[in-house]
Amino acid sequence: MLSAQSFGGPGKMKEYHYTGAVENRFSPYAFNGGTVLAVAGEDFAIVASDTRLSEGYSIHSRDSPKCYKLTDTTVIGCSGFHGDCLTLTKIIDARLKMYKHSNNKTMTSGAIAAMLSTILYGRRFFPYYVYNIIGGLDEEGKGAVYSFDPVGSYQRDTYKAGGSASAMLQPLLDNQIGFKNMEGVQHVPLTQEKAVQLVKDVFISAAERDVYTGDALRICIVTKEGINEQTIPLRKD
Amino acid sequence: MALSTVLETPEAGFNFDNTARNAALEGLFDGGQTPKPLKTGTTIAGVVFKDGVVLGADTRATSSDVVADKMCAKIHYISPNIYCCGAGTAADTEKTTDILSSNLSIFSLNSGRNPRVVMAVNILQDMLYRYHGQIGANLILGGVDCTGNHLYTVGPYGSVNKVPYLAMGSGDLAALGILEDGFKHDLELEKAKELVRDAIHAGIMSDLGSGNNIDICVITKKGVDYIRPYKESEYKDARSASIKLSKKALR
Repeated sequence: MLSAQSFGGPGKMKEYHYTGAVENRFSPYAFNGGTVLAVAGEDFAIVASDTRLSEGYSIHSRDSPKCYKLTDTTVIGCSGFHGDCLTLTKIIDARLKMYKHSNNKTMTSGAIAAMLSTILYGRRFFPYYVYNIIGGLDEEGKGAVYSFDPVGSYQRDTYKAGGSASAMLQPLLDNQIGFKNMEGVQHVPLTQEKAVQLVKDVFISAAERDVYTGDALRICIVTKEGINEQTIPLRKD
Repeated sequence: MALSTVLETPEAGFNFDNTARNAALEGLFDGGQTPKPLKTGTTIAGVVFKDGVVLGADTRATSSDVVADKMCAKIHYISPNIYCCGAGTAADTEKTTDILSSNLSIFSLNSGRNPRVVMAVNILQDMLYRYHGQIGANLILGGVDCTGNHLYTVGPYGSVNKVPYLAMGSGDLAALGILEDGFKHDLELEKAKELVRDAIHAGIMSDLGSGNNIDICVITKKGVDYIRPYKESEYKDARSASIKLSKKALR
């Protein structure tokens, strides 16, 4: 009777090779879940993320937000592999300090985005497993959102969702903020209150259907007055 | 005599008729991703108490990382005195319990007796062993018959265990913690229901594959009390009406 059987998938037994080479693989990556979202308005930007840190079907932490404050006018949201998120934000912080000391000014949002792209591409052949979205104010004081892929491709957007529930959130944002697939509606510019309410509703919906999203929602609102943070609870199950 | 319940005698050995078709299907999908069967990713639990058996389950069905069904029923009817909780592949648990239920009702009509829990367990074990784990069904069978109150677990390879309390599914470790702490022999009905409810609740909070509401089924000599949902999820829809969709008249 076989005692410790290894599972090669649902209902399948792994092949046993008593002789010959056995390949045991160590994966340097893990997927820790989480969703981030950024919206740019006329004179504000919002970066929001859930606070659940998970691995497999377990929860590591219910209070691990994924938005990190970089400067007074820029916030970055990082989701994916938590180890790489932490290291990447440390590297960005160090580079920001170096820039400040050499050039005697704070980096602008556009400059941070360009720098992040080169940092990510520098690891093209062993990438940082992180989905980044930068939200902030540009030099003219208008809202700016920059979205990245894990190896550094980026573009400026009005709104973007990233992370595990991104495929659920993005079409909803396309419809409500971009007015796509809507006929006969007036294209009113997005106010800050409406944007915040929309972000809350969109995350509540994501928490219903995505198992990796939940626990709490951290919203960072970037305006010329500074960065305002709010936390609202989400489903914990 | 028992052969009257077996609808057909299966051929000896494995049936490899579908291997060519499966190989062809693998190539058809982009990136080689064949459609994944719906897995329930569950927490189910059962407890034997003084007057019968209490079964409990959560109500979330997941399709890899997405919640496919927020209110699915995981406690299946087998016979008037036997119910079964299922974890694993949703189609497998549904069909297996359906087939079992049909076979047992044929038996009941033939013999004029209520089926015993051991019969259900033996039929299940036979069928699952015959398929050598290809049917991904982890089942908890509970029932009351003339010999007493019984709780069994049947695994996908055909293993059977008779136990006084039990949890299965992806949330089983969390639920088992609560059961190990709170179980005593000959519990009262209300205490047993609360214990199962707390065990499922622990599974719901700790496991990402379980969630939403809690269903409970109490089986006693007097009858069955199927409470669905026993405890509604405390997370109600808190959305405001900020999402506005347009209306378009179609001619």
